[in-house]
Amino acid sequence: MARILEKTELAPDIKEMVVDAPLIARKAEPGQFVIVVVDDKGERIPLTIADFDREKGTITIVFLEIGKTTMKLGRLNAGEEIAHLTGPLGNPSEIPEDETIVFVGGGVGTAAVYPIARKAKKSNEIISIIGARTKDALIWEDRMRSVSDELIVTTDDGSYGRKGVVTEPLKELLEEKKVDRVVAIGPAIMMKFVALTTKPYGVKTIASLNPIMVDGSGMCGACRVQVGGVTKFACVDGPEFDAHEVDFDLLMKRLSTYREEEELAKKLFVEGG
Amino acid sequence: MRAGGVTEGGTTLGVKTGAWRNFRPVRDEMKCKRGCEPVAIGRLERFVADWELENGLRIPEKAEPTGKKVAVVGSGPAGLTIAAELAKKGHEVTILETLHKPGGVLVYGIPEFRLPKRIVEAEVEYVKKLGVNIMTDVIVGKTLTVDDLLEEYDAVFLGTGAGLPLLLGIPGENLAGIYSANEFLIRINLMKAYAFPEYDTPIKVGKKVAVIGGGNVAMDAARCALRLGAEEVSIVYRRSEEEMPARREEIERAREEGIRFVTLTQPVRFIGEEKVEGMECIRMELGEPDESGRRRPVPVEGSNFTMEVDQVIIAIGQRPNPLVMRTTEGLDYDRRRGIVIADSMGRTSKEGVFAGGDVTTGAATVIAAMGAGKRAAEAIDKFLRGE
Ligand SMILES: Cc1cc2nc3c(=O)[nH]c(=O)nc-3n(C[C@H](O)[C@H](O)[C@H](O)COP(=O)(O)OP(=O)(O)OC[C@H]3O[C@@H](n4cnc5c(N)ncnc54)[C@H](O)[C@@H]3O)c2cc1C
Ligand SMILES: Cc1cc2nc3c(=O)[nH]c(=O)nc-3n(C[C@H](O)[C@H](O)[C@H](O)COP(=O)(O)OP(=O)(O)OC[C@H]3O[C@@H](n4cnc5c(N)ncnc54)[C@H](O)[C@@H]3O)c2cc1C
Ligand code: FES
Repeated sequence: MARILEKTELAPDIKEMVVDAPLIARKAEPGQFVIVVVDDKGERIPLTIADFDREKGTITIVFLEIGKTTMKLGRLNAGEEIAHLTGPLGNPSEIPEDETIVFVGGGVGTAAVYPIARKAKKSNEIISIIGARTKDALIWEDRMRSVSDELIVTTDDGSYGRKGVVTEPLKELLEEKKVDRVVAIGPAIMMKFVALTTKPYGVKTIASLNPIMVDGSGMCGACRVQVGGVTKFACVDGPEFDAHEVDFDLLMKRLSTYREEEELAKKLFVEGG
Repeated sequence: MRAGGVTEGGTTLGVKTGAWRNFRPVRDEMKCKRGCEPVAIGRLERFVADWELENGLRIPEKAEPTGKKVAVVGSGPAGLTIAAELAKKGHEVTILETLHKPGGVLVYGIPEFRLPKRIVEAEVEYVKKLGVNIMTDVIVGKTLTVDDLLEEYDAVFLGTGAGLPLLLGIPGENLAGIYSANEFLIRINLMKAYAFPEYDTPIKVGKKVAVIGGGNVAMDAARCALRLGAEEVSIVYRRSEEEMPARREEIERAREEGIRFVTLTQPVRFIGEEKVEGMECIRMELGEPDESGRRRPVPVEGSNFTMEVDQVIIAIGQRPNPLVMRTTEGLDYDRRRGIVIADSMGRTSKEGVFAGGDVTTGAATVIAAMGAGKRAAEAIDKFLRGE
């Protein structure tokens, strides 16, 4: 059981929750995630630890209500409890020193980028590019600004910031200056294009992969990804990998395994009120 | 007296239900292959038929509290057994389990038709009634390390099992539609995907399913696939049926239920675009005996053929998860076999740390895990008393 202490609606379908989880907060590091089970009939889903406060014993999660589980979670309110929360899982992000790093956050991926950028800011130059579909779906702009030397915002529809996708300003940056590292977190398709964008420049690029997971501890292999032709379990070997080595097409195929079932579960849930 | 005999002071899982007596270590089975058919889980069903939950939970005498605290990592048969034994001796025991339900393989691996979950639940209740505190959702090595535990507890027992699935390492293995047996069984048993969409976890069941491997896990996976509505389920095994490590009884049941056996066959590549559509295999023949004493399968050159499949379940074995070994200073382990090194009483290289069950032997049996839990309980009791 983990009590929800605060709930904020960041966008109509994006929620932020501060959850009481002292054991997890004590060990959490940027780049790690938790497995959440909303209720007794719930599935196990991974969500990134977007923030943590060791003293208060809390962690923050930010999620997009995309299907049944995230919608159920979104209906819980402060004071209510999440049935199960396990973590921190996965490896902490590698934080370099004295580098120029470009962080790229797409959608709710921006919240996952934040704790890494915050830690990296102490010893690196940080340029962040955050993108969203539209102005209302843009999250954590202020927080990202506070941990970046420069922040670029893009929206697909041009309702705020630059119109277009995150790879456009990224390419310009790569042309203009020496970038040592790019870290991308967002939808698989975005990370794929970030990798394709940086590849010709030979810039080290890290992606935090988001395959389907079950246990999150190396037991099931649902999270298998192919990196440099080798099978890796994203939950224990990742979730961050060298983006130039990742087979993103395979990741996307595996992500769509349960499309029909997900549609059905969502439909029944929405109809059931 | 009921099946297995109910006696006070036996191992907990056996004490109350007697059910666990029906497990036999694999090694014994290999010795007495055909002649003496081992009883194994299969018989459990008959026993369960007249097993009454309302029999109530008897609480054996508990010794005076000793003031000593023990952390038990993992809630499989090894962990549950040692926790009950130590609680009876008056020690304060906490079980830490990474999954959201206690029971280990008994809840996440072995299917309901072989082992009704209510029995495991009753056993867990019994352990709780003995005063054992069970903390789920704690992954040791991440949430807390063994060294963290040693600051709060006087001893630590590692009963983390062998939960890491082995894969074939052949091309196409990561195509959608290819599962480890662990994933397939966890979705079904732990997550109750058979009751989707009432339960949230989905599962896919193909029309033509191939299960790779010849052990009990393979039989369980195959029988689950059939129950979930697969049209054709084949067990694909590289040796002959004679060498299959599964119990005869399980093989017979699988066959009776209509599972096909494709033996002396090894997959070499998976084929598919969006998801798996086929499996290229090579025929095998048996050569000289190998170190396991079974005849070694040798590929027959040029015998490749393709099997049409839309789901594959890989059940070629499990190993212990290396997490705890890698995060515990001074804990010796066998890197090749991936197991924690412990003596027959469960003592490891690290003071105050004991281990038993699959994590010290590699995938074995319920009875063996319980026995290890019992012996380690003696060792920990002695250690705590300073003997
Ligand atoms: C390491 C990691 C960190 C993540 N962090 C976040 C985060 O901070 N915020 C956020 O909004 N999302 C995050 N995700 C994605 C999130 O887990 C999925 O969106 C969520 O599981 C969807 O569940 P659902 O039932 O609501 O939707 P569904 O309708 O079930 O699924 C929608 C899509 O989500 C993916 N998905 C489904 N089930 C799972 C699963 N068990 N595990 C992973 N992906 C799944 C599939 O691509 C699916 O098509 C993360 C994923 C990973 C692997
Ligand atoms: C499908 C299947 C069928 C089987 N059929 C039979 C059979 O018919 N007869 C038979 O005798 N045996 C059978 N076995 C084998 C038997 O189940 C195992 O040998 C036995 O369960 C081992 O017990 P254990 O306590 O050592 O480990 P497990 O039962 O594996 O329990 C280990 C527990 O530790 C937890 N854990 C792991 N790592 C951590 C961590 N870092 N922190 C916290 N918790 C952790 C796991 O989640 C798990 O709950 C079968 C196994 C499987 C998979
Ligand atoms: S999520 Fe099960 S092994 Fe990674």
